[in-house]
Amino acid sequence: MMQDNGRPGPKTPVTFKILRYKPGAIDPPRYDTFQVEADPLMTVLDALEEIRAAHDSTLAYRHSCHHASCGTCAMKVNGREVLACVTKVLEQDSAEIVVEPLGTMPLVADLVVDMGDFARRYEPAGLSLLRPSEYLPQAQTPAGVAEYTRFESCIECGICLSACPVANTNANFIGPAGLAAWYRSWQKEDNPWAKVMAAVDSDCGVWGCHGAMECTAACPSQVAPGDLIMYLRREVVKSKLPWQRAM
Amino acid sequence: MTPIPIQQDSRRRKALRAWFNPRGRGLGFIAFALHRITGIGLTLYLLLHMVVLSILLQGEDAWDRFVAVAKSPVMLLFDLILIAGILIHGLNGLRVSLVGLGFGVRQHKILFWIVMLLSALIFLYTGWLMMRA
Repeated sequence: MMQDNGRPGPKTPVTFKILRYKPGAIDPPRYDTFQVEADPLMTVLDALEEIRAAHDSTLAYRHSCHHASCGTCAMKVNGREVLACVTKVLEQDSAEIVVEPLGTMPLVADLVVDMGDFARRYEPAGLSLLRPSEYLPQAQTPAGVAEYTRFESCIECGICLSACPVANTNANFIGPAGLAAWYRSWQKEDNPWAKVMAAVDSDCGVWGCHGAMECTAACPSQVAPGDLIMYLRREVVKSKLPWQRAM
Repeated sequence: MTPIPIQQDSRRRKALRAWFNPRGRGLGFIAFALHRITGIGLTLYLLLHMVVLSILLQGEDAWDRFVAVAKSPVMLLFDLILIAGILIHGLNGLRVSLVGLGFGVRQHKILFWIVMLLSALIFLYTGWLMMRA
């Protein structure tokens, strides 16, 4: 029998079907189902926390900021990669919510994947974290502050890597986030063009992308990695043309 | 709580799911999958075409018998499927080439619909010509 979870608003019963895996304990993976009384403001992360608190304390998942700025809670909801902290349960328009871990990266347990695989593909670009801010161009900076800055758009959530059909089947493909990072690092002059070319001009680099653009569609942080890969390709081709200046 | 067992994915099954399972995916994925499916189909057709052409080595009578079969309604239906595959793969290939060089990147979905519309129009016209003949 469901207990009142104390959350405000009318409740709608929703079934959560969650992939479970624990090496040596729940192996091979299986789906466990849970019933949750969802209110209009409940997010998938809220539901997972309730399931863990009231039903199964062994449910493993990652989360941190709860406001879509850290990327930690990325997972698949009804087959689509999202940030669970800002994905409303009742906006899924489904009486059953299927929750699964991100694809491509190795599964550690339940909804937790090994982000080391993402880091392996992303970090070689050495993209610097800060960039000039494009917001409030007319704003005056306080005394002693030269300009406003902000963080790079990529929150390293791994959603693009999970959504990429090529990365899912090629462990050596740099992937959307990594290639976008190489492009941004060149734009920001973190890396000289020769270094970028050496890293991306291969079948596991820009030429491994087949233009599905699922990375751009899934990215929660307006990075548009697929777009950046295509722009990077254009630069690679341009740099090979004999009449182009040395870059 | 009712545990539901899952069949473990083999590498082949994982690849097929990554390339062709549309669950949770968008229009770009549909275009990607369609391009792969038509590409595989056209490759298989090419092999079949080579085999069929080798009938010529058996003489004029053998070839005439084959042509009679090729003109049957069932074979014409296969021809129409082939034409659809050629149109989709060829025109989408132009789109992929354009976008792949950094042009029209933001408009890739609109370009896909234009490709599909052109394919449909040319397909209908070609089908009409074939049926009329």
